[in-house]
Amino acid sequence: MYTGLVFLAVILGSIIFHVWTPWWWTDIASNWSAMDDTIILSFWIGGGVFILVCLFMVYCIFRYQYKEGRRSEYKPEDKKLEKGLTWLTTIGVVALLAPGLVVWNNYIRVPDNAIQVEVMAWQWGWKYRLPGQDGKLGASNNRIISDDNPYGLNIDDPNGKDDVFVESNELHLLKDRPVKILLRSIDVLHNFYVPQFRSKMDAVPGTITYYWFEPNKNGEYEVLCAEYCGVAHYAMRGKVVVEEEENYNKWLAEQETFSSFTAKNTNNKLNKKKLVKINNLSSNKNSILKEQDVR
Amino acid sequence: MSDELNINKKRNNQIKTKSSATSGRGETDIDYVRPAELPEQDLYHGHSFITKWIFCQDAKVIGVQYTLTAVFTGVVGLILSWMMRMQLGFPELFPFLTAETYYQMVTMHGMIMVVYLLTALFLGGFGNYLIPLMVGARDMVFPYVNMISFWMFFVAVVVLMASFFVPGGPTGSGWTLYPPQAILEGTPGSGYGILLMLISLSLFVIGFTMGGLNYVITILQARTRGMSLMRMPLTIWGIFTATVLALLAFPALLVSSIMMTLDKVLETSFFMPTIIKAGEALSYDGGSPILFQHLFWFFGHPEVYIVALPAFGIVSDLISVHSRKNIFGYRMMVWAIVGIGALSFFVWAHHMYVSGMSPWFGFFFATTTLIIAVPTALKVYNWILTLWRGNIRINTVMLFCLGFIVTFVNGGITGIFLGNVAVDVPLSDTYFVIAHFHMVMGIAPLMVIFGAIYHWFPLVTGRLLDEKLGKWHFWITFLGAYSIYFPMHYLGFIGVPRRYFEMYDSPYMTSAVGMNEFISVAAFIVGAAQFIFFYNLVKSLRLGKPAGKNPWKANSLEWLTPDVPPTHGNWGEKLPVVHRWAYDYGVPGAKEDYITQTTPPSEVKDAEVEKT
Repeated sequence: MYTGLVFLAVILGSIIFHVWTPWWWTDIASNWSAMDDTIILSFWIGGGVFILVCLFMVYCIFRYQYKEGRRSEYKPEDKKLEKGLTWLTTIGVVALLAPGLVVWNNYIRVPDNAIQVEVMAWQWGWKYRLPGQDGKLGASNNRIISDDNPYGLNIDDPNGKDDVFVESNELHLLKDRPVKILLRSIDVLHNFYVPQFRSKMDAVPGTITYYWFEPNKNGEYEVLCAEYCGVAHYAMRGKVVVEEEENYNKWLAEQETFSSFTAKNTNNKLNKKKLVKINNLSSNKNSILKEQDVR
Repeated sequence: MSDELNINKKRNNQIKTKSSATSGRGETDIDYVRPAELPEQDLYHGHSFITKWIFCQDAKVIGVQYTLTAVFTGVVGLILSWMMRMQLGFPELFPFLTAETYYQMVTMHGMIMVVYLLTALFLGGFGNYLIPLMVGARDMVFPYVNMISFWMFFVAVVVLMASFFVPGGPTGSGWTLYPPQAILEGTPGSGYGILLMLISLSLFVIGFTMGGLNYVITILQARTRGMSLMRMPLTIWGIFTATVLALLAFPALLVSSIMMTLDKVLETSFFMPTIIKAGEALSYDGGSPILFQHLFWFFGHPEVYIVALPAFGIVSDLISVHSRKNIFGYRMMVWAIVGIGALSFFVWAHHMYVSGMSPWFGFFFATTTLIIAVPTALKVYNWILTLWRGNIRINTVMLFCLGFIVTFVNGGITGIFLGNVAVDVPLSDTYFVIAHFHMVMGIAPLMVIFGAIYHWFPLVTGRLLDEKLGKWHFWITFLGAYSIYFPMHYLGFIGVPRRYFEMYDSPYMTSAVGMNEFISVAAFIVGAAQFIFFYNLVKSLRLGKPAGKNPWKANSLEWLTPDVPPTHGNWGEKLPVVHRWAYDYGVPGAKEDYITQTTPPSEVKDAEVEKT
């Protein structure tokens, strides 16, 4: 007797928990409300099946508990019932799958007006690259990454000259403008994930992956790495700021382009060389002086 | 030795004459099945302690050896999970729990539970013990290979456990062992740890293949007279299909282990592209990390069904026996098992929707994944329809079956969430995934394992387990585990990512702290409740109520041996002859509410049997 009651309590408890839960998804801040809708649809259909199956089971526990001498029904098969259940299940599955595929189709087709943003991941941090005025990112290759060329850009590719380097874990995005995130990694798998945007994709070294979304709420969001990437995986955080055009442009103007970076770097190098020379000279002088002293 | 062989030959001749004599007595229903053309195999009977209990060739002893070793690894996995929950619920309480140790525990817990506990227990443990008994064979067809199979598994476990003691500790790359991180510095145990893991897995696969060939060939070739395929208990169908899956899927794991070992030791680049570490390019170039994921999940997804199908089969038998009713839709159940098994090779990339593989795969794998939901749902309907109009004994075995139905339906439905590609995007790599797979392939199969142990313990030892302790064990385990994993789904909705050692002060996480503490406390209680079970096992071994023959009034052959517990060779003088399927419960017109598989129609003339 109590068995059926406890199972009933488990089912009712699950429903109550679901209805009253304080734990629910974070407010959405992108265009992917369709993903939330398919989840809700799955809850209705899947949850309905769960409740019905479990309630039927509880009914059987109450109704057909063992009685000495009673015989169970002998009916090995029931073709009609089995066929009906098969069709019913198939309809339910199609009802779940069809909207899911439609949403996926939208997810993998990037709108033409999307701004490209390269997210570059490494153990353990993020940096970003934006296309300059031409709207195109220059070609890159991990093999040629160096201190002088931190993104491994092909120097001969004119598209790369005006690329904007964001050497910080903070990325700014325009509100209501779709973004195509291009993911790169220089070492292991990572995943650029902002729970409020719902979308995510792995960054895979050796290839470039993508996804897109359209942020539609101003604010600051935390970036989490969602693919295990070693011992500091949990600390690999970043920040996305979604804002209006004015603030965005201000931020953009503060960032460096590839050509300015290279120019500065060459200057630095020249300066460094000069310094080295001066040092050498001075050390030579010193040694000369020392030698003179000795003499 | 030679004496023994002669005795065996003599006995075989006697059996032949005897069985022809019985069929001559008017049991003509079996005449259409020709008697075996070959004499029975000669079994090696152990003489010393070592040949009887250690290097033993009796499948029943091997099954028990597999079970005990697997349960030992399971206890290690359980303790690891306690420590993980300690960190997640009460961070920084224990200074020795660093990020390194945490990730090592996550990895070892996952691999131990999936491969070394569940796979070994279902196929090595239940498979070895039950296959020969349930199909009416004297032993596995290759007893010697079977013995080596166990000892390979044993060595694999020793190698795995040794990784706890090598410099750098065990690997902390997550149980999926994704390269490049698995073999690079920056992941704990990327030196000896990962190597020992890969070696241990390779040994496991080799050992399993020996056992697996045995199971398949025994089921196909060594069934007793009258035991047609469509009369086999569903337990055997589940184990058989799972073994076929394993024989096809494990090679993918083996090659990926070997390739990764080469990447690690010889610096080949199967899975390793150009990698920049500390500003310098490593020697790797041109490999594909995604290739590993394809190989891993080509093994990994069938692996889910390697665990699930035996559980499906066993639970079908337990439900049928204890609700005193034939399993509803037997043929449908068989085809569902086979169909799920076949489909399980076409769904692997649903673990990789956001891995960066070609996004067009999403359509294909979402469709195949949701198709698999149909036969799976049919199995669920048939289980509850078996309860319907039955005569249900609410004992510990049945409780575990009911617990299985609830957790399996719950976990199966969240599987539809994750299989439906667009829904997977926000949920993948979050706690929703953890909750889903623990519910569906952790708790649900464990429910079946416990139910099966309560059911077959009397056969193995001749004594019943204590019912009162059993019920306590069930309720704490079921309610506790459900309250661990049901709320955990909602952490996933918040967006809490998995494999996070600590969340610090992320804005979403503030509301999750309380839940994490609750889940951890529940996990400690559930874990502790398993010691009630171990106590029950030990106590009942000596003091349990003697079970006698066929205590559950079951139909299948394993309960019909001349000796309980069955001795080596199982059947004494004469192999059983099978006249019907294993599910003739509550047949109208029959005197008892069950008709065993060996009962000829002439003994139950009034029974109105529909299917034999």
